[in-house]
Amino acid sequence: MNDTYINIKNKISNANTWQEKYREIMLLGKTLPQLSNELKIDSALVDGCESKVWLHLEFKIGLQENTLFINANSDTRIVKGLLCIIINLYSDLTPSEILSINPEKEFEDMSLLKHLSPSRGNGIKAILSVIHNKATAQK
Amino acid sequence: MCNIDILRHDFPILNKIVNDQPLIYLDSGATSQKPQCVIDSLNHFYTNSNSNVHRGIHTLGDQATTSYENTREKVAQFINAVPKEIVWTKGATESLNILAYGLSQSLKPRDIILISALEHHANIVPWQQVCAQTGAILKVIPLDETLQKITLSETFKLIDIYKPKIISLSHASNALGNIQPVKEIIEYSKKYQSITIIDGAQAFMHLRPDMKNLDCDFYVFSAHKALGPTGLGCLYGKYEVLNTLPVYQTGGEMIKTVSFEETIFSEAPSKFEAGTPNIAGVIAFGSAIDYLDKINFNAQLIYEKALFLSLRNQLENISGIKLYGDLDQNIGTISFNYKNEHPFDIATLLDQYGIAVRVGNHCTQPLMSSLNIEGTVRVSLAFYNTKTEIEVFIKHLKQCLSLLD
Repeated sequence: MNDTYINIKNKISNANTWQEKYREIMLLGKTLPQLSNELKIDSALVDGCESKVWLHLEFKIGLQENTLFINANSDTRIVKGLLCIIINLYSDLTPSEILSINPEKEFEDMSLLKHLSPSRGNGIKAILSVIHNKATAQK
Repeated sequence: MCNIDILRHDFPILNKIVNDQPLIYLDSGATSQKPQCVIDSLNHFYTNSNSNVHRGIHTLGDQATTSYENTREKVAQFINAVPKEIVWTKGATESLNILAYGLSQSLKPRDIILISALEHHANIVPWQQVCAQTGAILKVIPLDETLQKITLSETFKLIDIYKPKIISLSHASNALGNIQPVKEIIEYSKKYQSITIIDGAQAFMHLRPDMKNLDCDFYVFSAHKALGPTGLGCLYGKYEVLNTLPVYQTGGEMIKTVSFEETIFSEAPSKFEAGTPNIAGVIAFGSAIDYLDKINFNAQLIYEKALFLSLRNQLENISGIKLYGDLDQNIGTISFNYKNEHPFDIATLLDQYGIAVRVGNHCTQPLMSSLNIEGTVRVSLAFYNTKTEIEVFIKHLKQCLSLLD
């Protein structure tokens, strides 16, 4: 896991109150680059999101194994922030590295596990399974 | 109304702590909470008298059948109908599907089905399917964008133009809380002998509809939005219309005689109740009706109106908040947005304060499109809410909004 992700994880895990935690998440969301209109297409929407999430995944050709490039955004501040966490968690990883990650554990460490509930409607669970499926297919 | 603080003790879930805060449940439009007597009734049935209905000679079977049929009588009395006009279904959605299927059999190409712009998907999609199969045409009474409701003048005009075969309207809107002028519309549509269907899913508990007074052909509702258990609904139909409706499910319980050559169906309501019904659910709903019966209706109306006005006024005082819908004739449901913030963010933060609201398009995508929005935050009240809860909600809402600013 890269340093940026470790920093993010520490910041969120160490937040003293939930207000602070969500403020951090929303600040992270602000750092997410805008998605161009050509990429905000319906075919890139993730099902199961009450908010809109556009997710583009691509494996870039690497020296030995290909690595993941993620381009994603959402229309809500909190999901934007959560996407930013996911992007930092998975970017530039090889398929086997991706599959070795336990996202439940990561979200639990940050006390964000409730965002993985299927009823939350934010589709984080769906986003993670798209990433894991893509990695499985790439292997 | 009886003392609300005492009455709240009847709802065990209202004492729950959610995210370290006392639960403030403002999502009764999605489902109402259940009083202890309803929970006890379910438990009592499975503990003491579980057995199937309408068959068997044994004592338990008799008890189950009696309690089951008693609830039909209670509901009939509650809505001023007769028991044989009450069909048990699994919810308002199934009731509407039974009607859509049954009525489709007598529709011809170009017949008009009229609905309103405020309908829930359950009162849109079945009719679209009917139109696709029969060549009938679905027409919509539009939302007056300034008044945020349908108007009688526009509705009457459309009825005159289309002479609809079927008019199917929500008594109250789930997304905006608007109480629709259904009585006037039902009366006007007699001019063309239109079949009138009222979707009372949202209105039933708040308005306690009287079938003789409304004089619609059909009225549908769900038990779980009126203190009862999930998985149960009701289809009321004027008997002569109901009994001529073709059945859409067949099987046991709904037959008079069966041979391998032919089957003769029972009369309504049992011909619409194929298979073993939701016996425990029906009996528990009987307890819900008993509970509602003990609450003076007028007192409930006055109390709910006061709650609604308090909520409306406090929301209106927050700058940046925009309210939708008819804010006068309303069952106590308010949809709003704050600046350009996404409803999802607001509700996620409110949840941290133990406050339950609904966000999204509320299964009314066409209505949201006519309002030019993607969705709203929806607060829906019930008589077990208090002014204190509304004040706490407003205080925390302001804190959430400042986190977003």
